[in-house]
Amino acid sequence: MSEVMIDTGNYIAAKAAVLCKPDVVAAYPITPQTTLVEGIAKYLATGEYKGEYICVESEHSAMAACIGASATGVRTFTGTSSHGLLLMHEMLHWASLARLPVIMCNINRVVGPGWNIWADENDSISQRDTGWIQFYCSSNQEIFDTVIQSFKLGEHEKISLPVMISYNAFILSHTSMPVYLTDQKDVDAFLPKRKPKWKLDPDNPITFGNIILPAEYEKVRFDMQKSHEYAKKLIPEISKEWKQRFGRYHGDLLEFYKCDGADYILLSMGAIGAESKVAVDNLRKEGLKVGLARVRCFRPFPREEIQKLSKKAGLIVIDRNISPGMEGALFTEVKASLYGYTDAKVYGFIAGLGGKDVPFGDIEKMCKKVVNSKAKHLEWFGLKGV
Amino acid sequence: MTSADLVEIVFHGRGGQGAVTAANLLVAAALKDGNKGVQAFPFFGAERRGAPVRAFARISHDEIHLRSEVYTPDIVIVLDESIMDIVDVLKGLKKNGKILINTRAKPGEFDFSKKFIVATVDATGVALKHDILIGGMPVVNTPILGAVPKILNRVTLKSIQGIVRSKWKGELAEQNVKATQNAYDAVVVKS
Repeated sequence: MSEVMIDTGNYIAAKAAVLCKPDVVAAYPITPQTTLVEGIAKYLATGEYKGEYICVESEHSAMAACIGASATGVRTFTGTSSHGLLLMHEMLHWASLARLPVIMCNINRVVGPGWNIWADENDSISQRDTGWIQFYCSSNQEIFDTVIQSFKLGEHEKISLPVMISYNAFILSHTSMPVYLTDQKDVDAFLPKRKPKWKLDPDNPITFGNIILPAEYEKVRFDMQKSHEYAKKLIPEISKEWKQRFGRYHGDLLEFYKCDGADYILLSMGAIGAESKVAVDNLRKEGLKVGLARVRCFRPFPREEIQKLSKKAGLIVIDRNISPGMEGALFTEVKASLYGYTDAKVYGFIAGLGGKDVPFGDIEKMCKKVVNSKAKHLEWFGLKGV
Repeated sequence: MTSADLVEIVFHGRGGQGAVTAANLLVAAALKDGNKGVQAFPFFGAERRGAPVRAFARISHDEIHLRSEVYTPDIVIVLDESIMDIVDVLKGLKKNGKILINTRAKPGEFDFSKKFIVATVDATGVALKHDILIGGMPVVNTPILGAVPKILNRVTLKSIQGIVRSKWKGELAEQNVKATQNAYDAVVVKS
């Protein structure tokens, strides 16, 4: 039986990262990520973390340092949140186009102004097109497992992409929950050493990032797309291996919950994805056939699996983000996935922006609106005074 | 509607009194006592010393999927009696709910003792007796935890003391352990 650690999402992420033995961690503190980097600093002080810890002067520098380190072929990790992530924006593109598997936790926090430190997914959703693989976690156990799995995924020879593991501010970052740990020797056995295809090495000088002409650049993008498509196959394989080795499983790109015989399937992410299970339990008790497909992986997007769901059920999407002038990002992606495939009904809700609590009762109300044919195409749920 | 097995607890205190630590220690003890699903979290906001603060705990035999705040607690724990003048600590407390208050008063002195199960303990006095102070101020969070097993059979004093010993070392740990025992012996419960 593995050891149980009870701690907050941030300290759990720090524990997982250190077990993966990154050679370099470069980070800059920002609420609510601070305790994550504090956690790694503590492991550095106790000797449990033996790599380099670079204290930088900004998040842009944090990512630049990770890129530089990763380009020498070593393993790198960092963490950030909200404005910190946005300051990294240029470097996020750089990491993915250079095919450097930097692994990063992002604690989903509101983007200001108005100033607000609570949970909202607009920070990472706005980085959707940077080429990073994006996971959204719904429990501390999932954070622990996904951080370790992400090193294996990102560093895989057919992937070579950075991975962002997002989890909601405070709701996970500062909430203590029990987590089953994986021993160091088991992590070592699961996670092979990184074998980069190229690296910066003074003994074998090369340049990287030089000018390339349009036709060549297009291939760079096409290759990145191929790797994302391949990740759709690899993520389920890694989840399966993890389950076989350690008995824990959080889904592949999606996690299905009570979807059998469902007339409607709810799609949500992050903390709302966990709370949705309570709502589904209650709706099922009332005889309403509603299931849940929690979106774990937003990039690559689980298009094919969502198409399959739409053959069986109508879809209800909850977004804790908004693309102004359009709608919630998950809502858009779900509908785009179905184009030309089915004419399934899809309903969207915006909920929980600015860290507003989304309790199971509200999720039940959203689902009932759809089941009772009272839902509009898109609704801002619980919005008052406008 | 959630599992009948689930116990939800709200701690009320003032910034610096250790409400969040109390919630964390309590659920760590509950986990030792075989409750597989536990959670502890602060009210998500800016914290200031002396200002009213809340912390939350959930205890269950199964994995907890809830990620929302606690709105209808089974138990309310008040670390600072004076909070009750400015915060409605009974808000959402379930019918037949329990409230544990750090006070010298007896349960019957609170008019809501007709409606709820009230437990009282002078945790401040216990903290002073055992010299549990930070910056000269008594720290009541560990003493009051000693009283919790008297109103919640899902967690034992032994586990609470075990967690205290794992968090603090030497004399300080023993002072805190004695304080939990004192509070356990002194708490008065009126149902």
